[in-house]
Amino acid sequence: MKKIIAIIRPDKFEMVKNALEEIGCHGMTVKDVKGRGRQLGITENYRGRDYRIDLLPKTELEIVTNEANVENIIQTIVKTAKTGDIGDGKIFISPVEDVVRIRTGERGENAI
Amino acid sequence: MDPILNSGDTAWMLISTALVILMTIPGVALFYGGLIRRENVLNTMFLSFVTFAIVSVLWFVYGYDLAFGTDIWGILGSLTNPFFGGVLETKTLSTYASTIPTGLYAIFQMTFAAITVALISGAVVERMKFSAWLAFVPVWFTLVYVPVAHWMWGGGWLAKLGALDFAGGIVVHLTSGIAALALVLLLGVRKDAKLLPHHLGYSIMGAGLLWFGWFGFNAGSAGSAGNLAVSAMIVTNVSAAVGMLAWMLMDKIKTGKPTMLGALSGAIAGLASITPAAGYVNITAAIIIGFVASILAYTAVSWLKPRLGYDDALDVFGIHGVCGITGAIAIGIFASPLINSATTGGILFGNFHLIGVQLLAIIVVGIYAFIMTFVIAKIIDKIIGLRVDEKHEIQGLDINQHEESGYRLS
Repeated sequence: MKKIIAIIRPDKFEMVKNALEEIGCHGMTVKDVKGRGRQLGITENYRGRDYRIDLLPKTELEIVTNEANVENIIQTIVKTAKTGDIGDGKIFISPVEDVVRIRTGERGENAI
Repeated sequence: MDPILNSGDTAWMLISTALVILMTIPGVALFYGGLIRRENVLNTMFLSFVTFAIVSVLWFVYGYDLAFGTDIWGILGSLTNPFFGGVLETKTLSTYASTIPTGLYAIFQMTFAAITVALISGAVVERMKFSAWLAFVPVWFTLVYVPVAHWMWGGGWLAKLGALDFAGGIVVHLTSGIAALALVLLLGVRKDAKLLPHHLGYSIMGAGLLWFGWFGFNAGSAGSAGNLAVSAMIVTNVSAAVGMLAWMLMDKIKTGKPTMLGALSGAIAGLASITPAAGYVNITAAIIIGFVASILAYTAVSWLKPRLGYDDALDVFGIHGVCGITGAIAIGIFASPLINSATTGGILFGNFHLIGVQLLAIIVVGIYAFIMTFVIAKIIDKIIGLRVDEKHEIQGLDINQHEESGYRLS
């Protein structure tokens, strides 16, 4: 089992969510987050003065899935969330030891 | 003919009074509240609300009499009716607006006093102790606002010299702007001295309410529902609109993109600058006043402030101070007896006396407001301290000064 954490542009979230639904990936946890990559944020101007905004708003998707689905999910997110400009985000994949469905007590892949 | 209460005038002045109340709470509170860090939103709005409450009481205890009572040597009015005693009971008509009740004129003027003090708070947000502000408001109101209001409006020495201030360019915007400058010089720079609005939506609503309420402020200053009120309303709106467009133009030239906060700031600049002149000038003058004031305010906040290094958090001096001065000078140039027979006109009508007294009023009131504010704040600093602890400033004043949070996730 793997956990996929995708940091994407907030305005791409609806498209990514719909695309994942089309490939059968329904479960996800979503958070509004702030962050920055190599470009170190953007510049905003208030009353004629420039201010660098270090942390930009992003949307984080957390998906736990079977190994077999990982590549398909990653490719779907990349294809849907990509604009080609700086700030498209990142995807992190990590192993998951176990999963428990609280309602039934099921464990492992059956609980995903 | 004896003065008679006019219900049309009274109705208009009741509405104007309510409009000016709307400017402070919630207008200024929202405008300022949106411009600061989210950890200070309640404290910032509270400063406006509590100021309104304090001034509302003191105005009727002694403020109105000292500002508008019988003149003593041109310096102050006399305290003949403390606690407004007997005025409401006798149902007298105002000596300043002969067709409306004295009480109505008094509460209309009360709203000016309240918003003047509330405006100052924008400079000191995010670092001033709430207790210090509670001490500052009554003292500054008594020692600065009340005498200056008497000098200009209550038959004091500047009024006798012929200085004009229709709705408060000198009494309201200059005094608050200069006081803001004196206060921030004592308070010092914030740890995080940025203007990064946490909720521009609040500021948009606040600025909208200010623009709306300003019709009561300026057109109400006619004291009656007649041609002068109509004229004041039109030039107020024109100046605000031009001020807004001028700031957008400056934004476009300087950065390539017009900004919403810039547009709001320009509108406030146009409104503040036309305020002293609203009852004396025509539309052409209003367009020039709004345009010039907006450019000057833009220069003050984007160029002058960073170079001088003072931390006027929400640009009270840069916008209100600069625009109050601009408008007060503009009277000396553009004032027209065709708009208001109370004046023989400014430079454009061949009179140079008016510009002289306007400059005198600006300089004297500016110096007086600066020195008095500095002394008042210095004494408060010695007694209870002006500034919050550094760790409290970093954490935000809502929690530390009020044990409340503006925003909660659950």
